[in-house]
Amino acid sequence: MSKESLKAMLWGLATAAVTALLVVAGSRNLAYFDAELIAYTFAVLFAVFAIAYRYSMWLQRPPTALYWKRGWQVFFRRRFFLPNTGRWFLRVAGDFALNRFIFRRGRLRGLAHWLIMWGCIVAVLITVPLSFGWIHFESVPGHLRDYRAYLFGFPTLAFPLHSGLGFLIYHALDFAAVVVIAGVMLAMRRRMRDHDAASLQMFGEDFLPLVILFAISVTGLMLTGSYTWMKGYAYDFITILHAITVIFGLLWLPFGKFFHIFQRPAQLGVSFYKDVGKHEEKAHCRRCDHAFTSRMKVEDLIKVERELGYNYTMADPASDHYQWFCPRCRRAMLILAQSALWGGIRGGQPIVTAALPTLPQSALGIPHIDFGPLGKEDEENFHP
Amino acid sequence: MIHLEYLDRPHSVQTAPVVCMHCDSPTCAEVCPADAIKRTADGVVQAARKPRCIACNNCVLACPFGVPKMATDLELMMKCDMCYDRTSVGKKPMCATVCPSQALFYGTEDEIERLRPNSVPVNRFQFGDQTITTQVRVMAPKTPAVEYVDVTSSLNAQAIGQDIFFNILEEPFTGGK
Repeated sequence: MSKESLKAMLWGLATAAVTALLVVAGSRNLAYFDAELIAYTFAVLFAVFAIAYRYSMWLQRPPTALYWKRGWQVFFRRRFFLPNTGRWFLRVAGDFALNRFIFRRGRLRGLAHWLIMWGCIVAVLITVPLSFGWIHFESVPGHLRDYRAYLFGFPTLAFPLHSGLGFLIYHALDFAAVVVIAGVMLAMRRRMRDHDAASLQMFGEDFLPLVILFAISVTGLMLTGSYTWMKGYAYDFITILHAITVIFGLLWLPFGKFFHIFQRPAQLGVSFYKDVGKHEEKAHCRRCDHAFTSRMKVEDLIKVERELGYNYTMADPASDHYQWFCPRCRRAMLILAQSALWGGIRGGQPIVTAALPTLPQSALGIPHIDFGPLGKEDEENFHP
Repeated sequence: MIHLEYLDRPHSVQTAPVVCMHCDSPTCAEVCPADAIKRTADGVVQAARKPRCIACNNCVLACPFGVPKMATDLELMMKCDMCYDRTSVGKKPMCATVCPSQALFYGTEDEIERLRPNSVPVNRFQFGDQTITTQVRVMAPKTPAVEYVDVTSSLNAQAIGQDIFFNILEEPFTGGK
């Protein structure tokens, strides 16, 4: 086993062990733990292990390791700590709670993601504590029509059984299921109708997660339907069916598309890295002299590329490394290099001449390279 | 997603398109901290996976050809993916389909050999000490033979055109007689 796998394995085991301890402690030594839900618990423990394993492997890749470290460093950098904290709240609200950047990619697309995300968050917040015995309900002594919720065994709010609040609490999972199904339908519609989605999508990567979420939600609603309107018809069978879909979903969490739930928060670290880079020393392209990103970014990239085995070092000490050239100059150099191959060749034959004439030179002005002002697209590209 | 570049606007009208070269070992994908850039089995380096891309700009700055673009408001990198929706069903990429001068060409080696008998496709590029091989090729003269394109050697080259007007002004035009 490689050093990386061993480290990831230990992280996975430790995280799973902590979760198991929380299950035992949170349910007061399993006093409130529902033994029927043991399969769910083991599925969660497996998922926790595998997610921690994969996350740890991912964090050990050179670029991820570097940005993980830098993300924290720049967040806590003294000059930026206060504004960073303010922006942290704005970003968590805008990007995570509201999914603004996904809405900008497409309204329906944003809506689909937003519905699925919030439906799942609500459902997880309810089911996980319930099945681990972290939350349980007891009737209030002396008031048998009242119920009290206990969190980690501590009493919290009490509410009348037959009330609007009671209805909302008992059916919160049903509402979550409806929201998820609506989102899944929108996502399915896009996957079936959009040509760009159709060209790249794969069953395991793109359809399976939607199918799993749909199956979990529908079988969950069937349970409510069975006991509410059908006198518990096929209740046991639906319970098992629901358990199978949920457990499959849990086991799938670490592998497929669902893993983005755990990767995506890295976006926050990167945004702070960019913010700080904008305020610090710039890297100037060593060909056109335009500032194109932060010096920190270029130096970090050079380091990462070396760790990955790339060697873009240049012989000329003034240039030093290819990373010091802006993307636009790179494109220009490629074209000029290809043009140079064709110098003096016409119709596939080299032009033979006794004395080469001087090449035409521009008399228009500035001798150095000038692209003119940056276009809008490049200006946005060239942020740190 | 192609770039159309003026090389040195005040001095030259030369423009050139730059598409993704689809590297065999794509630097953009390797420096991606989010594992968002994947290479298909047929060698196409795809644009960033939308759920994963965290808009860090690493690919934009690390690509030796300067190809990826960052759509900042979408928090998403975009680049040429060889029009995978078209090429995966046997059509040509849009850019090559509509290019009137065939500066961009998509086809087999036999076809290009027939169309450009004096050129050979080259897919090795040198950037300082780093060699990169690609799926997309650029055309180089057949003689003298060229093994690779040394990109960084053009660091100080200027877009002043080639010797197209060579001797035209000095020698009277005879119309081939």
